Amino acid sequence: MLADITFGQFFPGNSVIHRLDPRIKLILTFAYILLIFLPDNWVGLAAAVVFLGISVMLSRIPLKPVLKGLKPVIPLLIFTSLINMFYVDGTPLFSFWIVTVTREGVFTALFISVRILSLIAAGSLLTYTTSPTTLTDALERVLSPLKLLHISVHEIAMMMTIALRFIPTLIEETDKIMAAQKARGADLESGNVLQRVRALIPILVPLFISSFRRAYELATAMECRCYHGGDGRTRMKQLHLCGRDYVALGCMAAFVALLIVSNIYVPAMI
Amino acid sequence: MNIIRAEQIRFQYDGEEHPESAVVLDGIDLTVPKGQFVALLGHNGCGKSTLAKHFNALLLPLGGRVYIKDIPTDDEDKRYDVRSTVGMVLQNPDNQLVSTIVEEDVAFGPENLGVAPDEIRKRVDDALRAVGMYEYRDHAAHKLSGGQKQRVAIAGVLAMQPECIVLDEPTAMLDPRGRREVMETICRLNREQGITIVLITHYMEEAVLADRVVVMDDGKIVLDGTPRTVFSQVDTLRQNELDVPQPTELCHLLRRAGVAVPEDVLTVDECVDVLSALLL
Repeated sequence: MLADITFGQFFPGNSVIHRLDPRIKLILTFAYILLIFLPDNWVGLAAAVVFLGISVMLSRIPLKPVLKGLKPVIPLLIFTSLINMFYVDGTPLFSFWIVTVTREGVFTALFISVRILSLIAAGSLLTYTTSPTTLTDALERVLSPLKLLHISVHEIAMMMTIALRFIPTLIEETDKIMAAQKARGADLESGNVLQRVRALIPILVPLFISSFRRAYELATAMECRCYHGGDGRTRMKQLHLCGRDYVALGCMAAFVALLIVSNIYVPAMI
Repeated sequence: MNIIRAEQIRFQYDGEEHPESAVVLDGIDLTVPKGQFVALLGHNGCGKSTLAKHFNALLLPLGGRVYIKDIPTDDEDKRYDVRSTVGMVLQNPDNQLVSTIVEEDVAFGPENLGVAPDEIRKRVDDALRAVGMYEYRDHAAHKLSGGQKQRVAIAGVLAMQPECIVLDEPTAMLDPRGRREVMETICRLNREQGITIVLITHYMEEAVLADRVVVMDDGKIVLDGTPRTVFSQVDTLRQNELDVPQPTELCHLLRRAGVAVPEDVLTVDECVDVLSALLL
């Protein structure tokens, strides 16, 4: 069950997207996630979706797990869509009982849904095509100016690397503990919300204990391998910007320009 | 030349947590010459893991001293020299891999040592080839089998170019196949690259492969010699809650029953030879 979670996973590959400089990828993804909230008309929104679609196609990652990764968001989408449809004022489309659905409401719901989906898909694309270590490496370099403010960028990046490394291990362990508790008659699937949350306690307690044990052992292993923080550390993989990185930046610039132009000239829908 | 030289080391953990077994190491003297394959045996709680942690300065002795190639382990400036000379592989392969991707994990050690990028690349490739995991270099570590993970962990240590590797029950959590893979790797590294091996194990058939077997009990060394001399002392081993290899045990029982078989039979093949010589 838990093995279905694909968010944050990495699909090794050799596509253009995989080979982009991780710093560029990181910056572009963040730019995209912010920009997705800019368009107020269908041209801009379509451009954003197409831009993302092309990126996904270029990455040549298997589509099935990607779509599966979007599945958990659906309840959230439905919830926000409904709220928006009922609460946004504007031209009423139809109404029943005490609720009125407006034209603007429907559009807002649509826009928000597309935005949330694109946002998650963009974030996923970044982690699917960038190995976690490369990603945290990039993060460390992009954020390195923060060192001047006495923020321990290397330590944060190392924590992220380790967290990502242990997600699959802990998921596997959770599955095992759940099976063990079920074998002893634990009931995890019935009852109201409160009962279900309480049923999780015998799963979380052993999981926490074993995580601490793992953390202790990992710390020992890291010490054995001479880890002593970020000072004097070198990297096997060096990062160099090359042609494709500038092309990617260019594409992004063109995309931004398109968004701005469409926002000015195409009538706003929301 | 000696890689490890322990002189009269004494150690005990702080009282609160371990009140009953206060003294863990009680005056251990041990030297390991370069290129030797030593198996360290003893029942649970005899202090063998604690001893192993003294070999790369994870723990410092309270009395006595440990020298790694004549560097005392309590010399703080040389700590990373000690740790890169004596690499350590732990029991649980899951808890010693730092990175998600195999080759990035192997690179972790040399990166910490500040090795130049090109040199790291070379060391990582060599280390992965040495343990037979080169084809898996861009795989996700968590998807490998236990034996493969443990070989990656060994490669991670190898990439620091150690002269000695201490393995603390590296096969305890593996299935028979993984155990065989890891043991073959260890033996090959010892034979072909002349790396000194200190192997802590519960499996007697693994100890048989070593050049030398050291048996510990209650913080002291009780037996020290070749596998043949150590395992022929079946009764002493039994007193220390240890098994002997099955062929040795069979011959021991036969001797007791009055059959004239030698005491120092170690492997199945030897046992077969001895028995068929008797029967034919």
